[in-house]
Amino acid sequence: MADVLAILPQQLVFGLALGTVYGLVALGYTMVYGILFMINFAHGEIFMIGAYVGWWVLALLLQAQVGALHPAWVLPLMLLPAMLFTGALGVGLERFAYRPLYLRGATRLGPLISAIGASIFLQNAVMLTQGARMKVYMTSLLFPRDWRIQVAGASISVLVIVMVVVAGLMMWGLHLLVQRTTLGRSIRAVAEDREMAAIMGVNVRRVIALTFFMGSALGGAGGVLVGLYYTQIDFFMGYSAGLKAFTAAVLGGIGNIRGAMLGGLILGLVESLAVTFMNPAYKDVVAFVLLILVLVIRPTGLLGESMTARAKV
Amino acid sequence: MLKLTDVDTHYGPLPVLKSVSLEVRTGEIVCLLGGNASGKSTTMKTILGVVRPTAGRVEFEGDRIDGLATEVIARRGISLVPEARRIFARMTVWENLSMGAFIRQKAPAGELAQDFERVWTLFPRLRERQHQLGGTLSGGEQQMLAIGRALMARPRLLLMDEPSMGLAPVLVDQVFDIIQAINGQGTTILVVEQNAPVALSIATRGYVLQNGRIVIHDTARTLLATDSVRRAYLGED
Repeated sequence: MADVLAILPQQLVFGLALGTVYGLVALGYTMVYGILFMINFAHGEIFMIGAYVGWWVLALLLQAQVGALHPAWVLPLMLLPAMLFTGALGVGLERFAYRPLYLRGATRLGPLISAIGASIFLQNAVMLTQGARMKVYMTSLLFPRDWRIQVAGASISVLVIVMVVVAGLMMWGLHLLVQRTTLGRSIRAVAEDREMAAIMGVNVRRVIALTFFMGSALGGAGGVLVGLYYTQIDFFMGYSAGLKAFTAAVLGGIGNIRGAMLGGLILGLVESLAVTFMNPAYKDVVAFVLLILVLVIRPTGLLGESMTARAKV
Repeated sequence: MLKLTDVDTHYGPLPVLKSVSLEVRTGEIVCLLGGNASGKSTTMKTILGVVRPTAGRVEFEGDRIDGLATEVIARRGISLVPEARRIFARMTVWENLSMGAFIRQKAPAGELAQDFERVWTLFPRLRERQHQLGGTLSGGEQQMLAIGRALMARPRLLLMDEPSMGLAPVLVDQVFDIIQAINGQGTTILVVEQNAPVALSIATRGYVLQNGRIVIHDTARTLLATDSVRRAYLGED
């Protein structure tokens, strides 16, 4: 037991890192759901492709032998192309896989099935072009293994701290954007009442496309961070990570941006604690049991509001 | 200013508007009367491009606007106070108003401040509640917010869909006083109402819609004195 307590702070920090990354990826699900009422099942693949873009940037830098790599400039150089690429990919998905369906008045099931198809397509596209074998992130060249700092008796790797800070800053930035800017207000307006938003002069299609861009870019950034942490990526990694992030989004209340962040954080912490106190094989079981318990008590998730309650106002 | 000529609108195969022609001239308050399902709200939606007419033309300040996207029509200077208010319930009063001014993002800050001031003067209650969520307001306050939001766009033409619906009688009079005041400040108004007596009392002219057709149109004063209108809409036998 003493051993367990000794590693507890470390596990908590790890849980925090995992949680902020889950939150980052969960935002993509929740933003798209909030605005279109559809689950973008291809979001996990967007995350995976983000990890690949980051890997390519790192590989190219190594090939170019630019000398010593310092994360202060290499990390932004990995994140930026990954986010731009996945953001554009998200916009493309919306334009070609979902919009033709929802514009023609398909039921909600139409875009959903199209999303599953897009997910399978993207997985196979990556497998064909990048190969089925996993790729290894040269994380140790960026963040040497002994690069750790001591906090309150725990030894924490700098990478984990960087993950928390990067994911946290991105979430904070998104929060400010959505709450404080005209663009954010128009996103919320479209989510609440698309027709009225158009009557206010909002270009609804552009707002939907922008929402896909932002959600996908955050997912892509999450892919880079997870790639750096686990050091191994493959074309199938988006499946389980996507499922986890989706769980986080539902846990927090799907459609609610703060809910996705909170859900991700809780899920990450619970998982890391489960690994600390139990057989690690049970960590997914714990995560999903938690989801079921929350949904039994609060069917709309932690911060979600029920549609009927809102309609009654 | 606004002219509909022989407009047909369908919902799927179902005809809703049948050869509707009406005109709103600059500076007028025009009132569109009609019972349930007579096509009043559809007329509003057709003007705004929310639904597309299947025949006929809609012109605003001399240009055809049927076929344009809703947001483009809004930018030309038409605002709506929608039926059942439809304010953004999860946004604050201030945010709702600022959404109303969405098309004027490039307006100088001083001008926007002036417009906020104008809304606060019309509706002092809203100033007190500017940081409250729209959904927490009472029905009357939400109606004020819906009107304020539409005014923030500085529309040249203001469409109002049943502004008196669900309001207490005192508030109905107040809302119509405000409509008159807004008109006095230079905004042309097309108002849809079931409450014919009050609406006609402030209107210049009126149209009566029945089953998607304009059956009568005349000056408000004549309509108030017309027997069939009195029977159908003023509750007199």
